[in-house]
Amino acid sequence: MTLLTATKVKHYFGGLCAVADFNLQLQSGELMGIIGPNGAGKTTIFNLITGVYRASEGSIRLRDVELVGKTPHQITALRVGRTFQNIRLFRDLSVLDNVRIAHYAQVHYSPLEALLHIGRYRREEQRIIDNSHRLLSIFKLEHLAGETAKNLPYGSQRRLEIARALAIDPELLLLDEPAAGMNPNEIDQLMEFIQWIRQEFKLTILLIEHQMKLVMGICERIMVLDFGQTLSEGPPTVIQNDPKVLEAYLGEGSIG
Amino acid sequence: MNTMRNPGWEWLMAQRWILPALLLIGFGLAFAIPEYNLLNKYVQLVMMYVGINIILTVSLNLVNGYMGEFSLAHAGFMAVGAYTAALLTQKVLPIADYPGLFPLAVLAGGLMAALLGLIVAIPSFKVRGDYLAIITLAFLMIVKSVIENIDYIGGPRGIPGIKKLTTLPWVFFWTVATIWVVRNFVYSKYGRGVLSIREDEIASDLMSVNTRRVKFLAFMVSSFFAGVAGALFAHLLQFISPRVFDIIKTTDVLIMVYLGGIASISGSILGAVLYTVLLEVLRPSNFAALVSWLPDVIFDPLNQYFIRHLGVWRMVIMPLALVLVMLYWPRGIMGLREFRWFVPKRDLDAHHRHVAHGGSHDAPHGH
Ligand SMILES: Nc1ncnc2c1ncn2[C@@H]1O[C@H](COP(=O)(O)OP(=O)(O)OP(=O)(O)O)[C@@H](O)[C@H]1O
Ligand SMILES: [Mg+2]
Repeated sequence: MTLLTATKVKHYFGGLCAVADFNLQLQSGELMGIIGPNGAGKTTIFNLITGVYRASEGSIRLRDVELVGKTPHQITALRVGRTFQNIRLFRDLSVLDNVRIAHYAQVHYSPLEALLHIGRYRREEQRIIDNSHRLLSIFKLEHLAGETAKNLPYGSQRRLEIARALAIDPELLLLDEPAAGMNPNEIDQLMEFIQWIRQEFKLTILLIEHQMKLVMGICERIMVLDFGQTLSEGPPTVIQNDPKVLEAYLGEGSIG
Repeated sequence: MNTMRNPGWEWLMAQRWILPALLLIGFGLAFAIPEYNLLNKYVQLVMMYVGINIILTVSLNLVNGYMGEFSLAHAGFMAVGAYTAALLTQKVLPIADYPGLFPLAVLAGGLMAALLGLIVAIPSFKVRGDYLAIITLAFLMIVKSVIENIDYIGGPRGIPGIKKLTTLPWVFFWTVATIWVVRNFVYSKYGRGVLSIREDEIASDLMSVNTRRVKFLAFMVSSFFAGVAGALFAHLLQFISPRVFDIIKTTDVLIMVYLGGIASISGSILGAVLYTVLLEVLRPSNFAALVSWLPDVIFDPLNQYFIRHLGVWRMVIMPLALVLVMLYWPRGIMGLREFRWFVPKRDLDAHHRHVAHGGSHDAPHGH
């Protein structure tokens, strides 16, 4: 079953064509990678899917729902979670609050119940506290619940960002360079971890990554972008041997 | 949350019964003090100003502190509340026969201000920072000139002879109500939404926070209590005019917010108390009395050039104080921290649950 369909998506920044003609059919449960040189338009695609930018042309559908024109929080509430290339935690807030905030759409009480702490308030708050702790414990962050996010070491911040994205209760998870700044040992752990959360949370995952080891190691399908154009698409073995790709991207010798 | 680590302090903050006990005593005193004249009239008056300023500060902190915007509109909302309530008690409600109707007037003042808060929230969807500050300033000026141009409500002359309905118990009640409601709001999904907007609005939106709804609510709650404060103020001063609610009034509240500390209710209370008392000390007669021990050589010129003109000096000192506090002490006394008494127990426990859940989750990760 197709979860995400992008057809003829174009996006311009002023005169710059960041995404030229993007087409994608992502199957439910798939783990797919997007690679490409710097400035290829990878992050822009995530921003188009999640509504940060409105696509200049084309359509992006989650099942049957058109996403183009929706606001980020509407799209997120349709169970699309994401992380950021440059960590974007709520830095001055606690680790727990970072995860609790992402429950916004799943907490059901009215402003009046919130102002007076009556009705569903107590039950709902306890529910999201419990769920946040469950997520934090999965990411071995539970003992840091009261810590300010910016005081966490880099690796823990990366994990917290994934925990926060999972608090959305996503069906589709977008990871923008999750291995950035990690050493080979950490990347091995991350690869294992991504596969584990995929099973545990029944996720469909689309990830952007420069680390070939990770992309080639866990992605079932890979798309290569260059200057907003799709160069190639297919399973890792095909991509690794595609001359166009080798020329544009892998020629740098970064292939593992 | 992580305030001082002194064990005595820790113990004190852990005693959750103290705050309710203080509240009860406070209520008792609020009734007893005017009834038995336990304190002189001037001190009672200052206490009421302290309460009104706490209401103003806590409510403005919601927008300027928790949400991180820079609204200058607070005096405008205060004016709307003051005029609405004063018109009701002067011309509509049979207050002479039923003084018990006063809270209705205060409530109406708050609601009217909240309605305008809704309108001011709309530009905040599109613009932030300096631009929003300018829009809120424009709003303040519009409110002032609208009032000046309506003869029915006294135009620039204002409304004199308002009944003195604001009493110490009422101020105490509304102060506690403000603190309680704002605190409840802050510790809800909406309050956390407000905080996340200050941190990173786009990330907040991408974490499913309906930022528009949250901004609407924050502005409405904030302006509602500004209106309440205005209503109480009008019925204490017994005279209001457009000039009472100018930018200086907003500046006062801004100083109290940033002095006490952004995103902190306890900070706002501290800021309001300190600043209100300071303002009283800086009144020429009070200040002169305070430094009267100085030798005449110093006192006389000081008196002639400074103390007598404190009213004017105030206009220089206070904005300067605001700039200095914001530049060199951006977090103020309690910025982003809170006395634990104000934090719901559920929230405290949730942040300090050190024990890991049994091995039910077995994730292959761990740096
Ligand atoms: N907000 C923006 N305004 C103008 N130009 C932008 C904006 N965001 C991205 N661009 C441009 O669009 C192009 C694609 O950028 P994008 O961030 O999508 O690249 P990327 O593939 O994620 O690169 P990287 O690997 O460096 O993260 C780049 O040329 C970039 O400079
Ligand atoms: Mg990128």
